[in-house]
Amino acid sequence: MPVSLLISLLFIFGAALVAPSLCRLFKDKGGCLLSLAPFAAFGLLLSQSGAIAAGESIRYHIEWFSSLGCAFSLRLDGLALLMGLLVTGIGGLIVLYASGYMHGHPRLGRFYLYLLSFMGAMLGLVLSDNLIVLFVFWELTSITSYLLIGFNHEEKISRWKALMALLTTGLGAMAMLAGFLIIGQVSGSYELSEINGMGDLLQGSPFYTAMVLLVLGGAFTKSAQVPFHFWLPNAMAAPTPVSAYLHSATMVKAGVFLLARLNPSLGGMPLWENTLAIFGSVTLLLAVVLGLFQKDLKAILAYTTLGVLGLLTMLLGIGTEYAIKAMVGFLLGHALYKAALFMVAGSVDHETGTRDVTLLRGLRRLMPITAMAGGLAALSMSGLPPFFGFIGKELIYKAGVKLGGLELYFLVAAFVGNFLMMALALKAGIGPFFGKENNDALPKKPHEAPVTMWIGPVLLGVIGLVLGLLPFLVTDSIVAPAIGSILGGAIPEIKLALWHGFNLPLLLSVFTVAGGFGLFMLRGKFWAVADPVRAAIRPWGAEAMYERIFNGTIWLSKAQTRCLQTGRLHDYVFMIVAVTVGFLIWAIVNYGGLQFEMDWAQFDPIKVGLVLIMIVATIVAVTASAYMTVLVALGTVGFGVALIFVYYGAPDLAITQLLVETLTVVLFMFVILRLPPLKSMSSMATKIRDAILASTFGGLMTLLVLKAVNIQFDHAISEKLAAMSYPEAKGKNVVNVILVDFRALDTLGEIVVVAAAALGIAALVATGFKKKKGAAS
Amino acid sequence: MKYFILGHAGRILFPALIILSLIVLYRGHNLPGGGFIGGLMAATAYILVSLGSTMQAAKAKLRVDPVTLLAVGLAIAIISGLPGMLGGDPFLTGEWLPTFYLPLLGAVHLGTPLIFDVGVYLVVIGFTLHTTFFLSELAESDTEEGTD
Repeated sequence: MPVSLLISLLFIFGAALVAPSLCRLFKDKGGCLLSLAPFAAFGLLLSQSGAIAAGESIRYHIEWFSSLGCAFSLRLDGLALLMGLLVTGIGGLIVLYASGYMHGHPRLGRFYLYLLSFMGAMLGLVLSDNLIVLFVFWELTSITSYLLIGFNHEEKISRWKALMALLTTGLGAMAMLAGFLIIGQVSGSYELSEINGMGDLLQGSPFYTAMVLLVLGGAFTKSAQVPFHFWLPNAMAAPTPVSAYLHSATMVKAGVFLLARLNPSLGGMPLWENTLAIFGSVTLLLAVVLGLFQKDLKAILAYTTLGVLGLLTMLLGIGTEYAIKAMVGFLLGHALYKAALFMVAGSVDHETGTRDVTLLRGLRRLMPITAMAGGLAALSMSGLPPFFGFIGKELIYKAGVKLGGLELYFLVAAFVGNFLMMALALKAGIGPFFGKENNDALPKKPHEAPVTMWIGPVLLGVIGLVLGLLPFLVTDSIVAPAIGSILGGAIPEIKLALWHGFNLPLLLSVFTVAGGFGLFMLRGKFWAVADPVRAAIRPWGAEAMYERIFNGTIWLSKAQTRCLQTGRLHDYVFMIVAVTVGFLIWAIVNYGGLQFEMDWAQFDPIKVGLVLIMIVATIVAVTASAYMTVLVALGTVGFGVALIFVYYGAPDLAITQLLVETLTVVLFMFVILRLPPLKSMSSMATKIRDAILASTFGGLMTLLVLKAVNIQFDHAISEKLAAMSYPEAKGKNVVNVILVDFRALDTLGEIVVVAAAALGIAALVATGFKKKKGAAS
Repeated sequence: MKYFILGHAGRILFPALIILSLIVLYRGHNLPGGGFIGGLMAATAYILVSLGSTMQAAKAKLRVDPVTLLAVGLAIAIISGLPGMLGGDPFLTGEWLPTFYLPLLGAVHLGTPLIFDVGVYLVVIGFTLHTTFFLSELAESDTEEGTD
């Protein structure tokens, strides 16, 4: 049923809305109630899997901005189903876990609001069938991620790290939007299901390079590929449930997801394949090597996540059917074990008060269930049989051994990445629980985590084991349709199994395990040098580069503010007029210079007299030495303008002008007492400069008007409006009809501005006033 | 009462100005006038009262906070755009009641653009009076400071 897609989204956004009140009513139990929403959405999506496995796709569509080709359309296909199940299934467990982890937190309701909003956005992202809708959800995930990373907003470092993630992913998203627009322009559609059939058109377009690079800008920042990888380890400032969910299982996969989504339309070209494969492999290798030098449990996991993102990107880039198979298998396996490991790390942190792996060991006796969950997940991540992780790794090696020539580099990268990752998995999932107990060195006396906190990791760990033993449970229903979506064809026949006989991939697996275990035993050696190594490479890292760019931007904006924002009205007016004069000269030179025709018949004595009065009044206003004189002189100019409006048949304008002039005088009277006496603030030179600029400006405007009179305007619009006014809008006053009917939206905008200005004036004047008063007393 | 003539003139002219502003508002669709002009006129009526007696008197006459007028005006303007959407037309499409005849007024056209104009009318009054009241408070507090 198409509408079930919308309902599953509404479940989660609805839960987000009621979260604050539920948490106020039920305290920690609120989390358990809220977890029902994602689980319900999970069930709803799962109930559609039969149709998906049969090769269908479910599409829900409502018109939105149809004039811009933008519809709110959702579509469930193999890839969307896989991602949607991960988002809602793991999401439900995380919500449950958070109710234990955030136990008694005063801002629990707000936390759930953010978390569930993120979940809704992420689900929307994977279900979108329209590029613009996808972009909206994409940005929503960035914003909610920002709020969640900075959840402990009292700490400056949290805010800094949250901003880093937001700026990096946000800038990438801007590039991506540009890419989307180009795709839309070239293909004539924003619907992904249509675009994916137009691969040849897009790849033949001269804009192909531009659209690929722009889209990659979005995907690489979101999925933290080199050189944008630095934000992900820093995002670990978020509470652990968030790290487990956003920065490992779901959001960071959005980039990879987007690449997979667009693979049928943009993929297959050397530019796409090489860029993805090379950046992916570099990310993988860099991440796992840096991971060896981490001592923080969450940081270790963050670097392995980074490595996995690199690996997935690399596999997409390789792009063979084997590689895509491996990618999907690995993506599923990773989501299961990594979320579990993060939750285990959070439990350990919660119970012991530290995440320093050099202190943590031998916890298995005190936290047996958590230890079991951690062990299951770590073994799956290590790629040991009979876990699902093993199947994922075998698939990678099977894809790798099919490569030849220079491409063998990718097999080497995958091998190195895998065995380092295994060492890291053991460090994070096994290390804290085995070995000699070290409880005295811990900040808190540990005991087993509450049930809400172990149910999730245990369940995910067990699923990893069950799927490894019985892979047929997901092969045809979930994995195969997802592969089909990425390749853009029919659902392939695949077979997942633990045992494929003695072959090269198995041999590589044996070496991986041996190497990973060996490195794990040597972990102390790496920790001993971890701090100096990290300090030594930092100045050359991407994060230092980010800081330089960030500080440079602030320096630049400060410099231009000092230069342009002097705080003196005089300077602002001067700049505005000077710039306008520049443009006027440019325009006049471009449109025939000084030539114009004078129509002397237009001069009639009354108008000439009126203008003379206004000129005299202006001179008086400029040279006067008392406010009252200035006020009266300006009033004269204003009334003169009103009279000119009358002469030229614009009564509405004239009435408004008269009323405004009157009100201005009255309002001015209120403040006149508060103003300091008029005195000369400028030197003679400045005055002469201003006089020259002002006369030039006036002269140019006059010239412009004289020239404008000679131009034959197209009267079609005004005539059409006048003709339509009575029959269509039942009004004879065209000015008013335009204001309240034809262009009512403009007027609505204007009155909003007027209302905002009213509030703004009060705030502005009150601040200055209070400050002055405070200083005086 | 600060000024005898101005004060009495204000009292007499106030209702007249308000009625005039409403007429201008109503007739705006066919003749010079409309929400902007009507709103400014109504605001002038209050300002006239304040000039004749005190700002407090003008505030008392208004009864509500000008900010409320701003909010109500904006709400009315937005709501006037909704009926058009019921018929499937874009937001702010004009919808009209059938024309009917009344003594004095003649043919009466009532429609959402008029409601929209009422919103504009209220926002303009709200803006002008909010600013005026605010500046006058500022001026008064200043003179108090001077007498201390």
